[in-house]
Amino acid sequence: MIRIDSVTKRYPDGTVAVDRLSLDIPDRAITVLVGPSGCGKTTTLRMINRMVEPSEGSILLDGRDIRQQPVNTLRRSMGYVIQNAGLFQHRTILDNIATVPRLLGWTKQRARARAAELMERVGLDSALAKRYPYQLSGGQQQRVGVARALAADPPVLLMDEPFSAVDPVVRKGLQDELLRIQDELGKTIVFVTHDIDEAIKLGTKVAVLRTGGRLAQFAPPAELLSAPADPFVEDFLGADRGIRRLSFFPSTGLELQTGPVVPIDADAGKLAARAATAPYLLVTDLDGRPLGWSEPDRLTAGAIDRERLLDHGRPFVPGTDSLRTALDGAVLSPTGWAVAVDGEGRAVGVVSQQVIGEAIRAAHGEVAEHADAKAGR
Amino acid sequence: MSGFFDLPSDLQHSYAGLIGLHLREALLPVLAGLLVSLPIAQLCVRFRWIYPPVLGITTVLYAIPSLAFFVVLIDYFGQSETTVMIPLALYSLVVLVPAIVDGVRSVPPETLAAAQAMGFGAVRRYFQVQLPIAVPAIIAGLRVATVSSISLVSVGMLIGNQGALGNMLYDAQTYHRPALAVNSVLTIAVLGILADAALVLVRLLLTPWMPRKGATR
Repeated sequence: MIRIDSVTKRYPDGTVAVDRLSLDIPDRAITVLVGPSGCGKTTTLRMINRMVEPSEGSILLDGRDIRQQPVNTLRRSMGYVIQNAGLFQHRTILDNIATVPRLLGWTKQRARARAAELMERVGLDSALAKRYPYQLSGGQQQRVGVARALAADPPVLLMDEPFSAVDPVVRKGLQDELLRIQDELGKTIVFVTHDIDEAIKLGTKVAVLRTGGRLAQFAPPAELLSAPADPFVEDFLGADRGIRRLSFFPSTGLELQTGPVVPIDADAGKLAARAATAPYLLVTDLDGRPLGWSEPDRLTAGAIDRERLLDHGRPFVPGTDSLRTALDGAVLSPTGWAVAVDGEGRAVGVVSQQVIGEAIRAAHGEVAEHADAKAGR
Repeated sequence: MSGFFDLPSDLQHSYAGLIGLHLREALLPVLAGLLVSLPIAQLCVRFRWIYPPVLGITTVLYAIPSLAFFVVLIDYFGQSETTVMIPLALYSLVVLVPAIVDGVRSVPPETLAAAQAMGFGAVRRYFQVQLPIAVPAIIAGLRVATVSSISLVSVGMLIGNQGALGNMLYDAQTYHRPALAVNSVLTIAVLGILADAALVLVRLLLTPWMPRKGATR
């Protein structure tokens, strides 16, 4: 565990970048430091590998003060990823990734073999090995940056706004990839960002810092969204924290209706029977994949026109997706009903906004009870 | 009638011999200048405040006429090649020091931060990161210094036949053979162009990592 123990960073001109910050950073989890510019998040990160020395306080790594080992030994045991990757433009991709192993004295052959292995791990085509950084896209460069940080298999990974400079689509890809890699490797990651959405998506725990380098709140993202510590945190989370909080509620408990789901080859009797169950019917293809909605009286048995069906919005997978996805599907659907599908994309039922709304209220209730129980009330 | 490449015997060299001599007198000072510039430039990068005075000194050195240097240096080194080469080496500093400083400073801050964070010591960082990335700027400086040195060697003729190809200019006057002067000027120009081209080639070989114009991904 990394323990930041009442650390202050004061510059010679009197500016205080970090003010008596204490954080216990859990092992094998992603801890995100988030806040507006000037909140000292990068300074805090850089104090962990001693690129910045604290003015007061100490930082302990597994109970030992980080100043007790040679600085370059410390740094080589911590992967570091920065914005724009900071690749060595004069070295090939493979040699960039092999940097730290080489510093640690591995043979060139072994370091390169390890680098090749990491290229695969971060999803880089091995054909890129002999290229130079200028020949790669921003997203690819950032992947190289992550691979380089992982090369010597350090227990700790420090990431300083690594995905800020790439476009939103690439950023989402990189975030998903990081979560996947983290699932496999279980590193202790400290991740700095100014993007609260990124913090909530990636963080196991999120530390919100305010200008002047003081800690505003340190909590898991769901708790941050449900119980912001003060108006600053609430404001920083943005206007739609209620909706975003739904990401943390599973859609498992939603009661699905199968009545309104009819296959495209349904006969007249079946259509009539199902029409009674809901104001709209969801028509599926012969494999059970949703095609679209229709009012029952517009459907003629044996002659259902796919083109005239209403769009069914984005379906959700019960259990895998959150209530937020389910609600989003219902909101996007012109009928106000969301479509639930299984892993193969086959419709397993439909659910109305009203039912989702009840599930949300129930979920809030459970969280509140849980909190009350914890507080001993 | 003597041929274009027949040289008067007082030059003491064949045409090819003069070219070899000329290149030696021109290139050794640039090499020496480079070896001196590297540590000076590193000091200027490390301690920013010494850069302006260093630039001032190199500019003043460049402004001193070579004749003035010769007057002083002849006392120590006689009418020798060394006397010609020392001022040339000093002149090269005015180009090389700023070229190296700019080159080293052009290394992106995030690259330096990454190197520091990965555990590069200062020495390793200089030789493995800063210097290689500064190569294009250093070679750009070397090209200017080399071409200017090749043309400046000629003044060596003033201290008794130490100007290599430049000595042909003197003989052109003495023997009323203007062709010798034409030959001297053309040869020096061609040497300059070839040396420049050679440096461009060296840069291409040293920097496969630079984006090439017109190259695609």
